[in-house]
Amino acid sequence: MTGDVNASVEAIFREERGRLLAALVRRFGDLDLAEEVTSEAIEAALIRWPVDGVPASPGAWLMTTARRRAVDRLRRDQTYAARLALLQVEADRAGPPVVDGVLPDERLRLFFTCSHPALPEADRGALTLRYLAGLTTAEVARAYLVPVETMAKRLVRAKKKISGARIPFRVPDVRELPARLPGVLRAIYSIFTEGYAASAGPDLVRHDLAEEALRLARILHRLLPGEREVTGLLALMLLTHARRAARTGPDGGLVLLEDQDRSLWDRAMIDEGEPLVVAALTGGPPGPYGVQAAIAALHDEEPTDWPQIVSLYDVLRSLTPSPVVDLNRAVAVAMRDGPEAGLALLDDLAGEPRLRGLHVFPAARGELLRRLGRPAEAAHAFREALELVGSEPERRHLRARLDEVGG
Amino acid sequence: MKYMLLIHGASEKCTTDDWVAYGRALQDAGVYVGSAPLADDSLTTTVRVSDGGETVVTDGPFAEAHEVLGGYYIIDVPDLDAASDWAARCPGARFGGRMVVRPIVEFP
Repeated sequence: MTGDVNASVEAIFREERGRLLAALVRRFGDLDLAEEVTSEAIEAALIRWPVDGVPASPGAWLMTTARRRAVDRLRRDQTYAARLALLQVEADRAGPPVVDGVLPDERLRLFFTCSHPALPEADRGALTLRYLAGLTTAEVARAYLVPVETMAKRLVRAKKKISGARIPFRVPDVRELPARLPGVLRAIYSIFTEGYAASAGPDLVRHDLAEEALRLARILHRLLPGEREVTGLLALMLLTHARRAARTGPDGGLVLLEDQDRSLWDRAMIDEGEPLVVAALTGGPPGPYGVQAAIAALHDEEPTDWPQIVSLYDVLRSLTPSPVVDLNRAVAVAMRDGPEAGLALLDDLAGEPRLRGLHVFPAARGELLRRLGRPAEAAHAFREALELVGSEPERRHLRARLDEVGG
Repeated sequence: MKYMLLIHGASEKCTTDDWVAYGRALQDAGVYVGSAPLADDSLTTTVRVSDGGETVVTDGPFAEAHEVLGGYYIIDVPDLDAASDWAARCPGARFGGRMVVRPIVEFP
């Protein structure tokens, strides 16, 4: 019985933590204070709920408890006294914090704060995981494969910047939104890609991290249903994550798309993602996430429509020119027109500084050379890729290829 | 909250009219606290006191043209977004110049 209560309590906290924190930040304008009293309220719930049972509206219970603690704390702190009076006035003006037992959703503000351009880009994903996904600092550290102390320092520094420079908790207005929304989307997508193609370590996909990114994108999509790039990002992640089970073989090695067992693809995720792609590409010019989602959707089809994928890469290239897009396009061209055509495009990219240090370039080259029956050159490229690759499944795949071409 | 907007590497393409209009806009919005334009960088002098108590006066230092601090504004606005908006409207932010936004510490 206690176990059941604990399990449901855990589930509620996961759902409520970000919401509660955002509501408290809105009310008290202080991330540190909000964080502390959120933890205190959850601790109180862990003590009370197993005894008293889970209250009818857990969110409201947590909010009331946290708010009381915050007010107590502010009263004790003399320097806060004047601010408290001011907050009281603002709070009264803002109306009741809980309507019909449902917390108002203030998380959108917090999304924009965590991805504020005045914060280091590298910390925005971590802040979003900590404050919106409700992960602990230790969990965030694990996500980014850094020691807990390192992550704690980064979060503290970011929080100091937020309070010291007074980075606001607000949703940018219509005029600012086009400049600010991409930063929020990039932070969420960085969490996904970090989890998806783990650049180091034994797993190709850290599913939990990719799933946190999906959860965050779903929240953002609910908050901004009319923003097509939010829809596009959610679709992109769903349609990519749908193939997760097929991407590694029984030996733990990477499996390329054409060799994947289609029955392992997640139909439910594809079915959820497909209408979102349509929505993302309807009603205005396409955005980069919408186009990438459309490319992912075509990868989820059988047979793969390579000519269509190449055209979409052309669109993507016009929206966000980058050598990585060119590389992916070259691979798609190889699938459409044969390895020779793809290789010619890849050779045009040789020496591109932004591809230096990435294993994907020599890996793609090696693959095309292998298909062209040029084993010695393929082996050379695979060896080069092996020196740069970080994740174990990709290493396995490259080693198998190298053996095949007699390296 | 008060912020100092430091003007670095302002371009000569900014006209006097641009600066006057900007100052007026700050005044009209009620956010202006203070400002000062700095004289030519070549007139810079450094003063320090050595451990022995001796005052040492030297010429310079002289910054690269694009780094030269040309002056500042102090404004009082609610948050960093508002401060950044004002920094973006300053003539000093254009034509290769840049504005550095620093919060000012206020002691209670």
